[in-house]
Amino acid sequence: MNRREILRRSAAAGLLATPAAGLLAGCATSGGGDEGDKGAYKGTKSEQNPLGVAEDAPLEVVIFNGGFGEDYAKAHEAMYKERYPKAEIKHSATAEISKTLQPRFVDGSPPDVVNNSGAGQIDFNGLVSQNALADLGELLAAPSLDTPGKTVKDTLLPGTVEVGSYDGRFLVLNYTYTVYGIWHSTKLFADRGWEDAKTWDDHIALCRRIKAAGIAPWTYAGVHPRYMSWPLISTAIKLGGPSVALAIDNLEPNAWKSDAMKTAADAWHQIVKDKFILDGSPGLDHKQSQTAWCQGKAAFISCGSWLESEQKDVTPPGFNMAVAPTPSLGSGDKLPYEAIRGTAGEPFMVPAKARNVAGGLEYFRTMLSRKGAQDFTRKVASLPVVAGATEGIDLPYGLGTVVKALDASGSNGFNWVYNNYYRKLERNLVDAACGEFFSGRISPAEFLDQCQKGADSIAQDSSVKKYKRSA
Amino acid sequence: MRQGRLPLILTFLLPPLALYGIFVLSPYLQAFQISTTDWMGYSAQADPVGMANFRTLLHDGYVWNALKNNAILLAVVPVVTIGLGLFFASMLTMGGRKGRAGVTGVRGTSVYRLVYFFPQVLSVVIIALLWKEIYSPTSGLLNGALRAVGLATPAWLGDPRFAFWCVLAVMVWSNVGFYVVLFGAAMQAIPRDIYEAVLLDGASRTTMLRKITIPLLWDTIQVAWIYLAIAALDGFILVQLMTNGGPNFSSDVIGLRMYDTSFGSENKFGYASAIGVAMFFLTLSVAVLALRTARRDRIEYS
Repeated sequence: MNRREILRRSAAAGLLATPAAGLLAGCATSGGGDEGDKGAYKGTKSEQNPLGVAEDAPLEVVIFNGGFGEDYAKAHEAMYKERYPKAEIKHSATAEISKTLQPRFVDGSPPDVVNNSGAGQIDFNGLVSQNALADLGELLAAPSLDTPGKTVKDTLLPGTVEVGSYDGRFLVLNYTYTVYGIWHSTKLFADRGWEDAKTWDDHIALCRRIKAAGIAPWTYAGVHPRYMSWPLISTAIKLGGPSVALAIDNLEPNAWKSDAMKTAADAWHQIVKDKFILDGSPGLDHKQSQTAWCQGKAAFISCGSWLESEQKDVTPPGFNMAVAPTPSLGSGDKLPYEAIRGTAGEPFMVPAKARNVAGGLEYFRTMLSRKGAQDFTRKVASLPVVAGATEGIDLPYGLGTVVKALDASGSNGFNWVYNNYYRKLERNLVDAACGEFFSGRISPAEFLDQCQKGADSIAQDSSVKKYKRSA
Repeated sequence: MRQGRLPLILTFLLPPLALYGIFVLSPYLQAFQISTTDWMGYSAQADPVGMANFRTLLHDGYVWNALKNNAILLAVVPVVTIGLGLFFASMLTMGGRKGRAGVTGVRGTSVYRLVYFFPQVLSVVIIALLWKEIYSPTSGLLNGALRAVGLATPAWLGDPRFAFWCVLAVMVWSNVGFYVVLFGAAMQAIPRDIYEAVLLDGASRTTMLRKITIPLLWDTIQVAWIYLAIAALDGFILVQLMTNGGPNFSSDVIGLRMYDTSFGSENKFGYASAIGVAMFFLTLSVAVLALRTARRDRIEYS
């Protein structure tokens, strides 16, 4: 009976070790506390050192190890080290930012620079409401490192400061300029004699031709269906103007059920109804759907401008991916066809309790220097938020089309930020609604209802801090 | 000897008890405390809010949806896993037909036993990723096979009608092997002459399983039941890796709700701890219930 006794005992032990319930508790709330500036590194401010960096202070940088890798950051760190040879730089890269860093925030000893990005990103709403982020205002006013006569702010692309600001304080530096649009292969289209359509009716007609040719017109990341919310909301904004986005960001009642959103949802429902979407797409994740698209199984895909570097390994030579704005619904559109969603993305932050806040800001100044920005473009084929960073650099094909699309869009460019304010709304609630809508299980009206319900639940949640923007 | 026992007990018992206290008990107690605060996880500041988190919990539709799925897991996974485990184990120990006495396993028993145990050797993460690929709608093994015989090819994990059951099937698949071995070992301990006696009396194999094997294995089955019930209330790793609760929360489980509330789309650590505390009591009650209802007299062979 001995063996059974052991089994019995281990069963009892199993009870106490109830899976996962104890997981959260591992991080105690007791550590840290408000120690103020104790132990913070500070140097003397001067013309050469406008941020007051202590030149021998160590700097710890944590990079999100995703589509861009970590090599670009190592190059930036080397540039920092060149200016401050006595500074010791501690570099690390992880795909799980929140899990890795949460205990250190609680403990009051966070790193100096954090690239808070990816699926394991820390929700900015919580970070801002807990005053966990350092104000980057000083950085904006500091002179640019290698563009004489200009401040750092002067060198940034428009919209960079706005997107990283919460209640008027600039807290998050979004380092890359991302364009969201509809992508196709120039080669595939040239081979078949197709031409990308500028109006919605032409787009549907083209989808019909593509389908007749035996290729699925569309595919999307079924596991992350929010990718499809981007063109849909873009269509609505182009129809109804930027106020459509403003209402959504400000959680206004029935913002998701505005006329523009209704018309846009009805329009997009066409590609679902007419079965223009690659079979099985609802079960594909972003990588799988993008790869199916690269293999020529589908003609269009919605994505941001990181697509080209993300797909580098599987894109066939000569594929020549190109981005295009969402088609216009008609002559009633408030914004022209060329208008495209562009925004600063890839967030970097300096925790308020970092020991070397000045060093963190200085590191940002290095990233935002012309040299730092150009090096980034060369390494990862993406646009940084620094104006003119692409001058004199041979751009890969897709990025070339991104730059052209941005130029054409000009001052008609638009953006929304509810996804930054309320991460859960986009990542969970709108995401789920998109999944139902684009797999054809719910109607456009039900889709908007579900999104609105999600937005309302955030608006009513008193534990979530609310932000408003005015333009 | 008497006076020598105390230091011995202390040296052997104190370190593990201390470890247990620090790494198991204290986090539990802390979770209880955190669950009564509004802690947001990224500062040391947390204000007590009393039972507010638990009141929110009662009205949280997403939590109830996740609990419903856990309830289905609890009802299905142990029954199917133990059923399959018993069936395979009895086939391996007494399913053979060649011996006149009829108490040998089927041919190739040792090979089967090895193969059944394979999933147990793989880490859960690998199992999840493996099956995610098998279920892939365009390039997966499953749809490839269905396509080859001309059947419909659903999107499996992308379809709310199937996603949850696909994960459930993997849960059973990954567990069965262990219970085959566990039940097999327990069956070996049953004296052969009991079987020979009932066979002489003309009992069929089903009667043998029902009237002899299962009653004699009852202790082991009970333990299996508790293990599986606890596993069914978890299910976090498989769900998070295979579907992340989707599509449209159709495969959500309570563990994932807790994770998502703290590390995922929000960072309400106070509320997530409240979910954790609720989970703790649920698991505890399920285990106690399982122990109570399965209690029977123990049979001694000798």
